[in-house]
Amino acid sequence: MTRARLTVPVLLLAAAPVVTAAQTIAITGGKVFPVSGPPIERGTVLIRDGRITAVGADVTVPAGATRIDAAGKWVTPGLVDLNTELGLVEVGFGAGANEASAKGQDAVAASFRPWVALNPGSVLIPPAREGGVTTVAVWPVGGLIAGQGALVDLLDGSMTDMLLAAPAGMAGQVSSDEDAGVGARGELFGRLRDLLENAREYGRRKADYDRGQMRPVPYRREDLEALLPVVGGKLPLVLVADRAADIEASLALAADLNIRIVIAGGAEAWQVADKLAAAKVPVLTGAMNNIPQSFNALGSRQENAALLRKAGVTVALIGNGGGDEELFNVRNLRYEAGNAVAYGMSWDDALRAVTLSPAEAFGVADRVGALAPGLEANVVIWSGDPFEFATAAVHVLVRGREFTAPSRQDLLIQRYRMLPLRRR
Amino acid sequence: MRTIVAALVVAVLGCAPAQGARPVGPTPAKADTASPPPGPGALSTPNADPFPSTYTPFPSRPTAIRNATIFTATGPRLEHATILLRDGKVAAVGADVAIPADAVVIDGTGKYVTPGLIDAHSHLGVYPAPGTEANSDGNEATNPATPQVWAEHSVWPQDPQFPRNLAGGVTTLQVLPGSANLFGGRSVVLKVVPSRTVQGMKFPGAKYGLKMACGENPKRVYGQKGGPSTRMGNVAGYRAEWIKAEQYRRRWDKWNADHKGDPPPRDLGLETLAEVLRGDMLVQMHCYRADEMAVMLDVAREFGYRIRSFHHAVEAYKIADLLARDSVSASVWADWGGFKMEALDGVLANMALVDQAGARTVVHSDDPSGSQRLAQEAAKGLAAGRAIGLSLTEEDGIRWLTVNPAWTLGLDDRIGSLAVGKNADVVLWSGDPFSVYTRTDKVWVDGALLFDRSDPAEQWRTDFELGYVAQPGGSR
Repeated sequence: MTRARLTVPVLLLAAAPVVTAAQTIAITGGKVFPVSGPPIERGTVLIRDGRITAVGADVTVPAGATRIDAAGKWVTPGLVDLNTELGLVEVGFGAGANEASAKGQDAVAASFRPWVALNPGSVLIPPAREGGVTTVAVWPVGGLIAGQGALVDLLDGSMTDMLLAAPAGMAGQVSSDEDAGVGARGELFGRLRDLLENAREYGRRKADYDRGQMRPVPYRREDLEALLPVVGGKLPLVLVADRAADIEASLALAADLNIRIVIAGGAEAWQVADKLAAAKVPVLTGAMNNIPQSFNALGSRQENAALLRKAGVTVALIGNGGGDEELFNVRNLRYEAGNAVAYGMSWDDALRAVTLSPAEAFGVADRVGALAPGLEANVVIWSGDPFEFATAAVHVLVRGREFTAPSRQDLLIQRYRMLPLRRR
Repeated sequence: MRTIVAALVVAVLGCAPAQGARPVGPTPAKADTASPPPGPGALSTPNADPFPSTYTPFPSRPTAIRNATIFTATGPRLEHATILLRDGKVAAVGADVAIPADAVVIDGTGKYVTPGLIDAHSHLGVYPAPGTEANSDGNEATNPATPQVWAEHSVWPQDPQFPRNLAGGVTTLQVLPGSANLFGGRSVVLKVVPSRTVQGMKFPGAKYGLKMACGENPKRVYGQKGGPSTRMGNVAGYRAEWIKAEQYRRRWDKWNADHKGDPPPRDLGLETLAEVLRGDMLVQMHCYRADEMAVMLDVAREFGYRIRSFHHAVEAYKIADLLARDSVSASVWADWGGFKMEALDGVLANMALVDQAGARTVVHSDDPSGSQRLAQEAAKGLAAGRAIGLSLTEEDGIRWLTVNPAWTLGLDDRIGSLAVGKNADVVLWSGDPFSVYTRTDKVWVDGALLFDRSDPAEQWRTDFELGYVAQPGGSR
């Protein structure tokens, strides 16, 4: 057995220079991928007070700016992962450290706002950042309507500092009758329609409702209230759906009720790609699923994301392959993009699908997802192609602040890298 | 598919006479005989093989892959090299290989060749897709000690996950019972090949494994069902069974030696444990935490058996020196952790740190999706090791995927490397196997081409997929 040899005595933790938000920072010489525009071979990204102020080939760097030399490196927007439970769940089970599921009433928990309990100190956040992810959506799970999700920036601050958009969407699902507390899919869609129609009726006749002059409504008032932005077409309803028929039924419901939806999962979405494109409904899907895991997903295939993109659908790549991509492995989002390329998506589209497209899907493209003046300085400097395993995120900036503190995993490695241990 | 179907017919017909090779099969009784003699099932015989493999290699043609980068898994990579497969074996590998006139010649320019990958931890067939209650056959969660069950009796050969695994370059799998029990039962080593029966997939001559499990799972499953409900209860449970097994082994070894008196009563569970004590079976132990692994090493010492591999072993890096000392491999994920308390301390550098300490790193999956992308898992492990300054080569990563799991299954004399005479289980990759953009082009098992990405006719479709999954299904 070949023995690996130690060549560097310490962990590569403190990547200088450390910069903070109240500075002007110039990232110079790197291959810059603004995403909202064409790549710049040797570009500069200028940051002031946490925001991007200039991006280009001939940007003048003001005197006194902190420079980060990105020569030979690749510079991209921070990645946006729309499918996480970061800060809500610390340990999946057996530890009482799970804030992602509400009890609700009859499988409806529309008023549930899980981010109230978001833990900014979660040890799962630094590894996600080390994988170049700077913005995530956190979603509740369970029932027919799980509750509201938020978009958060992975900065080192309080929960309120982190919030980017809250609520960002309403989470629901149309792929499990059991979770929805019904017996069949037709019953599920009937119930979902009834819920939304009741919310709309409640919104129109709040005064009557309060005076008891509206017919009895079998839903909690707080849930109806929470659904008002959904039925008003302001807040997207994110529906987990895999089967093509379920996606079509979701599209029909959305058209009927004139609401905005986003499809998540979407195993068989490629079979209805044209309809999704025509309805301008974004799809959140993974690029590493090809197993007919249930009778809802017999058409699962790895080309799904590429085929959707080809049809003109807005695709946001998410990890949903069962490898704990929602928590421990949020850091793996970039490999989802790489695998999408291996199965037919263009490299540029794959980068877009983990940056700008997810921002667009939830209406925050004026804040994150690209390198352009005015946007938050969520920037990653990579040692090479960000989708490759051999590549590392060398600098990660969130709202202009670089993160260099070791993660809990780094600390464990430091402690155990030389065996046997002494005095432990 | 035409070729494989034709080959299947040949294989099934062709190996029918081989049924006669059953080592201890009863002689067919004459119709007029009053009662047939007792079968071997009355006795507890070491290395009995009551469900023998009926696998025979699929028809193959001599095949040469030329001008490729070849990872043999035993030495440094060979550039611009040729490998010749003939009669199911690696016939030659190197820079100057004479290509016979009758060989199929494949241009490997810009491509890579590796041994077939080996997944030492799979539940394919016992937890098939689609996941249904009806086919959920992986955990006999009725008693904390069920060494009497055999995973092969749960395997559904039509699990559509098998062909996807083959397309991912995996040619050998260890299918294990689940981890609900302290003693989960026997594992089975399968070739990833189309077959009507599990016997037709069984790796001829492979040793059995015994699945055992530490930690949270048994105590969670049995905590409210009579126990164990604690880790100390788990350990008492292992020891109580081994005490019984040792008595059983002595009694039967004595009887098998002298045949004096009535044979002792046969017990399927104790028979499996006795096989471990005799060294005929390899212990494959699900264990996450370093401290629990250390306790299990002591239990093994107490009863005189060896643990071949700790599976999942997210804390292997904390005791990699102990694993090296006792020659126990660590079958691990690249990056899973945190999903329960015993997985809390998972680190990306686990694979690299275990390797650095001189123990065997094995990339395993425990997952039908990860199993298709084992090289990607190794790539993550390599990168993590390099990031903390370890000097690791791609050759190291290849060993984690091939020779080390082959050793874990006791099959490193036959598979896991591309030395001359080894089984011709070979993968042709479109590029560097550690790149995210690389896919498998072709996969051979015992020299027979069983997957060809460029030819849908050479892509195995299970019975289940017919009519249910449109061709080309999955990634294929």
